[in-house]
Amino acid sequence: MEERSLAQKLHIDIPLLLGILVLCIVGLIVLYSASNQNIELIYRQSIKFAIAIAVMLLIAQLSPAEIARWSVGIYILGILLLITVIFFGDVGKGAQRWLDIGIFRFQPSELMKLAVPMMIAYYLADKSLPPSMIRLFLVILFIAAPVLLIAKQPDLGTSLLVATAGFSVLFIAGISWRLLSALGILAAAAAPLLWYFMHEYQKKRVLTFLNPENDPLGAGYHTIQSKIAIGSGGFYGKGWLNGTQSHLEFLPERSTDFIFAVLCEEFGLIGVLFVIFIYLFIISRSLYIAVNSQHTFGRLLASGITLTFFVYIFVNMGMVTGQLPVVGIPLPLISHGGTSIVTLMAGFGILMSIHTHRRFLSF
Amino acid sequence: MAREFKLKDHEYESLLIARRVYFAGLVIAILIAILIARVFYLTVIQHDHYSTLATSNRVKIAPIPPIRGLIYSRDGILLAENKPSFSLEIVPEQISDMEQLITNLQQLISINVDDINRFNKALKKQRRFESVPIRFNLNEDEVAVFSVNRHRFPGVDVVAGLNRHYPYSSDLVHVLGYVARIDEDDITRINESNYTGTTHIGKLGVEKSYENTLHGDVGYQQVEVNVQGRVIRVLERTAPRPGDNIHLTIDVSLQLIALNALAGRRGSIVAMDTRNGDVLTFVSSPGYDPNKFVNGIDSKSYSALLTSKDKPLINRTIQGKYPPGSTIKPMMGLIALDAGVRNFSQESWCPGWYSLKGHSHRYRDWKKEGHGHTGLHKAITQSCDVYFYILAYELGIDRIHKGLSEFGLGDITGIDIGGEASGLLPSKEWKKRALGQPWYPGETLIMGIGQGYALTTPLQLAYATAIVANRGKVVTPRLVNRTSNVITNESNQLPVKFTESVSIDNQNYWDQIIQSMRDVVHGQGGTAWRSGLNAGYEFAGKTGTAQVISIAQDQEYKEEEIAEEFQDHALFIAFAPVEKPEIAIAIIVENGGGGSKTAAPIARQMLDHYMLEKQLIGKSG
Repeated sequence: MEERSLAQKLHIDIPLLLGILVLCIVGLIVLYSASNQNIELIYRQSIKFAIAIAVMLLIAQLSPAEIARWSVGIYILGILLLITVIFFGDVGKGAQRWLDIGIFRFQPSELMKLAVPMMIAYYLADKSLPPSMIRLFLVILFIAAPVLLIAKQPDLGTSLLVATAGFSVLFIAGISWRLLSALGILAAAAAPLLWYFMHEYQKKRVLTFLNPENDPLGAGYHTIQSKIAIGSGGFYGKGWLNGTQSHLEFLPERSTDFIFAVLCEEFGLIGVLFVIFIYLFIISRSLYIAVNSQHTFGRLLASGITLTFFVYIFVNMGMVTGQLPVVGIPLPLISHGGTSIVTLMAGFGILMSIHTHRRFLSF
Repeated sequence: MAREFKLKDHEYESLLIARRVYFAGLVIAILIAILIARVFYLTVIQHDHYSTLATSNRVKIAPIPPIRGLIYSRDGILLAENKPSFSLEIVPEQISDMEQLITNLQQLISINVDDINRFNKALKKQRRFESVPIRFNLNEDEVAVFSVNRHRFPGVDVVAGLNRHYPYSSDLVHVLGYVARIDEDDITRINESNYTGTTHIGKLGVEKSYENTLHGDVGYQQVEVNVQGRVIRVLERTAPRPGDNIHLTIDVSLQLIALNALAGRRGSIVAMDTRNGDVLTFVSSPGYDPNKFVNGIDSKSYSALLTSKDKPLINRTIQGKYPPGSTIKPMMGLIALDAGVRNFSQESWCPGWYSLKGHSHRYRDWKKEGHGHTGLHKAITQSCDVYFYILAYELGIDRIHKGLSEFGLGDITGIDIGGEASGLLPSKEWKKRALGQPWYPGETLIMGIGQGYALTTPLQLAYATAIVANRGKVVTPRLVNRTSNVITNESNQLPVKFTESVSIDNQNYWDQIIQSMRDVVHGQGGTAWRSGLNAGYEFAGKTGTAQVISIAQDQEYKEEEIAEEFQDHALFIAFAPVEKPEIAIAIIVENGGGGSKTAAPIARQMLDHYMLEKQLIGKSG
């Protein structure tokens, strides 16, 4: 066994931590402007970051084996909580997502973002890869159950992310391209069915995405105003705290889902490139961790978490720049929000755990 | 971890996973590239387009309405002022559910049914994207309560403004008129761009006719607004030019004396300065409260005004048409003297009635027993009707028409407010045109005593009286004699307007008639002798009584037997001082009975003030 560095003893991955910290700081700076210089909000967000980083470091102390052992339990707990939400959940913004457990309100769907890839990675880890048809079917069931429960709340954004997390693991596990295309065709065929089950506001969002100018004062308003914010930012941006679209409140949801537009408006293309660079840095580091993991569980889970993180970013930026329909997905570590930060950091904790518990002796 | 190694081709699997991860990395790279390309497209290529949109989002040109000029009386009393006030206004285009909104607002601020009715009425006349007030005159508490809750009500705001207020209420409404909210009809008569931001416009009276002077010019500011259209800061400002103040010719003290003397009866009183046409008193009674109209009168109050028997909405002074009655006689005398059909001392016999040759119809004198031998002097002082029947007959309608029209009858005087009626001065041509009938000689007779078709407005009577006082010189009456710039305080005196004089040049005729009018008041047997007692100054006058209904032949007119609304109108014209006239007065008291009894005493009260008190004040000041 080689000598381990202090960071490894503490189970911290320095590059990942650095990337995350830079992102958090950038996030606070943008959020300060987006929230109309609400220092109270920044204070609260900082506390959330601190708690989330603590959670991350705590999880990093667990070994991947322990995490694997927890997978089934957490998955089942998550499913139960989702069912509870349907019966006892608090209604917030027209959807039943919250579970009030005395001290704080908690969104069980967040838990599933990690529980689903954990469960699948755990299930597939000791099987031969690529998985057989029967196992594939089972895995799809593991994914579908929470996704449908979350979609019913209704929370299209989160259910999309949970599905992504599950299918990322499946993809990394090497399901054949033929099966993959078959699933794609199946999804396309299911689209009209999905349309039928969609809520009115969800249908509207899709229609609005297809033609935002159709409804400039209603649902298309978000996209139009965010495009104006981005475009008017130009190459260098209007400067911090100088965004007219955000400060004069033309831009809706500017401290949450549409914070990317604030970034673009005030820091321009340069600011966007910088933030994307940090995201790419974090993603690259995470994929490096995945590839260099010494066991299948670690590889599958690390990849799944990383790909979900990317989808997070891409869907949010795609939505804000008007390339994707408006779904309620925040920009990770920059948007204002509670549970999602903890979930994200817990994911990075798992990545750190996977990377720092490697053994350097070959088997 | 031991299970991991069972039945697994470890190398193959890790290669498989690695390949999938690399593939995912490639997809990520492509997608990020697309994203960056998109942001590049928006921020760099489309930058100008979106910059323009962002600017048009936030920068609005907001008009700054000018402050409306104030209106003062000639004695410096403020008659129309601008009072600061707060109103709650709604931009209807920004509201989806108006009923719900009003219900929610009612939980904060009291909005009653009248307010809502008025609001709904205003809504129909609203200009697009202009806010419509739902409540006026909010108090400080209401403003505070709303301000705290403002974020809940996009499209609703408290608007600070200036409210036009008329402290003299109904006393001067027929002079000042009022301002009210601009509606669609007004837009056709204004320069719309100058009125952007202006909410009120003169609708009547001086407020209307001097609208251009009072309004001023709109200013502009470039403002930054937020998404609710609320102004965040001002980027650039062009100040408005406030409207000029207006100084009326009205003498408030004389106006109030006249009103008091009229004691709420229906009628009209005009006093004008014979030298420059300044209208000192302009009473049309009853009036109404113009303040109610400023922000829209509720329909109940309005219909009460409309249906009132006293017709307060009618401006009697310029729109009321009354038979001039005997007040026409001095002018008839002048015309006859000038035409040479009579000389001053030539007498006629008055037995109390007159009949045309070959007709049995008796034209009666007001004095049943007759005036006996009557010359022009006596015919004026005692108001003999028979003398003027004969005189009119001798003149004939054509000469009467031409003569009286020189005194302004049958035509508007040209006073500086709108809505003036021209009255009616009949002629053969008029009758043929209007009634399709020939002129009958009997109609000429009653023209001699101001009855029949002839109709005059009180203002016309005052105007004609001023012409007599001025010995034929004609000056146009006016209500405004100067305007003043609010900023520089510079005064702009409006010109006195003279028009063509009466073509009676012989000063003897004027002397004789004016002397006769003096003796109506101061002479023995003058019809208004009571009003002339112990005056301490001399004035000239003429009483008149205008019949409202015709009395059948041989029937006595008994005042006490006739319902008030069918009683005669009392008229009196006067000017003073006799030698160098300054003031001419015309008074009509509707259904007031005889002119000497009801109208002349009012003139005396006014003249006492003007000749005695006013002169004293004038001298000491």
